[in-house]
Amino acid sequence: MDTVYYLIQNMLPVSIPLLLVALGGMYSEISGVVNIALEGIMLFGAFFGALFVFFVQDSSMNPQTILLLGMLIAALAGLIYSLLLSFAAVNMKADQVITGTSLNMLIPAAILLFSRMFFNSDGITTSINFYIREVPILGQIPLLGQMFFQRTYLTVMIGFIFLIIAVIVFYKTKFGLRIRSCGEHPHAADSVGINVYKMRYAGVSISGILAGIGGFFYSVGVMDGNVSGHTGVAGFGFLALAVMIFGQWKPIKILFAALFFAFLRTLAYSISLIPILDNLGINQTYYKMLPYIATMVVLAFTSKKSRAPKAEGIPYDKSKR
Amino acid sequence: MENYIIEMLNITKKFPGIIANDNITLKLKKGEIHALLGENGAGKSTLMSVLFGLYQAENGEIRKNGKVVRINNPNDANTLGIGMVHQHFKLVEIFTVLENIILGVEPNKMGFLEKKEARKRVIELSERYGLKVDPDALIEDITVGMQQRVEILKMLYRDNEILIFDEPTAVLTPQEIKELLQIMKEFAQEGKSILFITHKLNEIMEVADRCTVLRKGKYVGTVNVKDTTKEELSKMMVGRDISFSVDKKEANVGEIVLSVKNLTVSSKTHKNNAVKNVTFDVRAGEIVCLAGIEGNGQTEFVNALTGLEKPNSGIIKLCGKDMTKSSIRQRSINGMSHIPEDRQKHGLVLDYKLEENLVLQRYWQPEFQRRGFIKFDSVRKYAEKLIKKYDIRSGQGSSTIVRSMSGGNQQKAIVAREIDKEHQLLIAVQPTRGLDVGAIEYVHKQLIKRRDAGKAVFIVSLELEEVMNVSDRILVIYEGEIVGELNPKTTTVEELGLYMSGAKRDVVKEISDAE
Repeated sequence: MDTVYYLIQNMLPVSIPLLLVALGGMYSEISGVVNIALEGIMLFGAFFGALFVFFVQDSSMNPQTILLLGMLIAALAGLIYSLLLSFAAVNMKADQVITGTSLNMLIPAAILLFSRMFFNSDGITTSINFYIREVPILGQIPLLGQMFFQRTYLTVMIGFIFLIIAVIVFYKTKFGLRIRSCGEHPHAADSVGINVYKMRYAGVSISGILAGIGGFFYSVGVMDGNVSGHTGVAGFGFLALAVMIFGQWKPIKILFAALFFAFLRTLAYSISLIPILDNLGINQTYYKMLPYIATMVVLAFTSKKSRAPKAEGIPYDKSKR
Repeated sequence: MENYIIEMLNITKKFPGIIANDNITLKLKKGEIHALLGENGAGKSTLMSVLFGLYQAENGEIRKNGKVVRINNPNDANTLGIGMVHQHFKLVEIFTVLENIILGVEPNKMGFLEKKEARKRVIELSERYGLKVDPDALIEDITVGMQQRVEILKMLYRDNEILIFDEPTAVLTPQEIKELLQIMKEFAQEGKSILFITHKLNEIMEVADRCTVLRKGKYVGTVNVKDTTKEELSKMMVGRDISFSVDKKEANVGEIVLSVKNLTVSSKTHKNNAVKNVTFDVRAGEIVCLAGIEGNGQTEFVNALTGLEKPNSGIIKLCGKDMTKSSIRQRSINGMSHIPEDRQKHGLVLDYKLEENLVLQRYWQPEFQRRGFIKFDSVRKYAEKLIKKYDIRSGQGSSTIVRSMSGGNQQKAIVAREIDKEHQLLIAVQPTRGLDVGAIEYVHKQLIKRRDAGKAVFIVSLELEEVMNVSDRILVIYEGEIVGELNPKTTTVEELGLYMSGAKRDVVKEISDAE
């Protein structure tokens, strides 16, 4: 039983970055813009979040307050970086995949350069501890308390709050209805007086905010607060795209897809705790490939049925009917 | 001085290269149905898009009730009470009927949707005007006719009093057209003003009070429908006399050329088969027409016939040879010519030159290549021969890039290529779609010429008039099955419509193997 608790406690902080970034990707794509730059935006957000933590870690601020402030800074960084994509994709009508790819390539290099110049290292290393041993009161709930509110991070709870907001916005609001129409049939949206350009800016900006936060939460929950220009976010931005497709561009399905990938990753890193798997004597490295192989397999099987927003990736041009 | 609710005065709208609207004036009275008539490319849709705020005119002004107004976007149009049913529906397929109707004017409390009231209002409107819809159905699941009703409800929901219908009858069955025209009359009686774009003269004669005619972007005139005739209107539209009936001799039927037996094709979009157990023959010297409403399996059937798609079961024989598993090239060599449904996607390589497109079926023959190198001088000579023979007009002759040619001339190029090559069977899918009256006349003449030359001709068409005028035999397809075989001389458009909408069907007799 302890192993199960351990797996869940470790899985959640890993799943949250995937969840947030995939939700971000979803908001961009339902507005009609393919956001392949998620990886770069994550890293950008993580870098500024960690930089903030680095500068305030010696003050007497509460670690959880630092985390919240770092989150805001990461969100802002992600938003700003995503504006580049919006500008290229919406105003300049550029090819969105190529724009995204170039945005992805820029960031790791910039971080390496910056870190070498100022820290003489490959990234930023922080020494603050965001770990929560037990949440007061909630941690005492039998079974659930141990699963969700012990040995965890604040990021998990924040992640679920964002999920709930995303679901409500997606299904219940005027904004949700309008943004979805822009990714599906922008000409229809335009003909009923919706400003497609504004909506697409909104979609990409939300994805920038969520991806920036997701990147920071990755460095908090997975990397112990560090950011490296070499390993970056280990392909989590691209995994999030897979999670989004696996989740069929729907918030709740995306949650389950994120949990699925996070579980595989946690399992792969916890082989020594599970006697049956440990006794097989397979090199641990193979297990670490699991989430990535699963991505390929899952996408191969689901992509045929998947239904992407119809107009995604196509720059909106009024005169073409 | 009469009272006009909308006046569009001296409107000029230019696009790069063409003047779509050249100094056009249109005046709409309150409570009238005003038809806007013109050929394809005459500028009707552009003019209406200017009124609806999708385009801005370079010159001219729009007045409502005598006051000058500026319409910069559809929101402005909506505020002025102008609504439009577009030719290609502007509906989001994955949304429900209700969501589509409220999109843009969502009733909400602090941004949260209030669907309950909206639903009540939609149901009320739909009952009042007999516009039957299911508010919770997804657009992708409902029929084209119902989609149009959703578009109309969209206007009513916004309390629009000036309603623009852009070729609303093109996608409907005869019964649905009747219903629509009836509803339009009701609207007019209630005091709503209607602009009705069409190129079908019968419909104008039936419902319209006045009619404005455009030709090649220019204003020709406005007439009272009561004081005019179909012939006069068509002369205004085209600029010359047009014969409505297609002249043709009796068919001289010969051997079986195409024989299809129990053909079944699966669908890519749903689980059922798109084509179910279809059996029929086409003989030399006759034109057989496959009639049906769009999306009843015609596309899949033609794909299987021409080799673009594999059938599940069944046999296709061409001049007695089994072709079921043959490649497209083999079918072509054995005498199958194909004028495809989508001429830009399957008929032409748009960025190739005209001459290259004209030899697409034959470039590998010794006449045009040696050891893998194309003999461009003989290609050009051949192309120039076809251009002359079939009157294909283009800017730079045989070296024109096909993309820059007009739709009618693109179609002529395909017709020329497919007819000029050795063939026994000509398959033409919607050969006149999107063409204007003159080009339609041309294509029909060519098809009948083929028939009289003893070839078998198989047409797939959605246009009832075309089906009735051109064919010698009509097969009706409904939900992938042949539901009737009709003789165009003894049947009526109404009866054909009943078959097409599935309201009527024959038990299709098994064609016996002993022939």
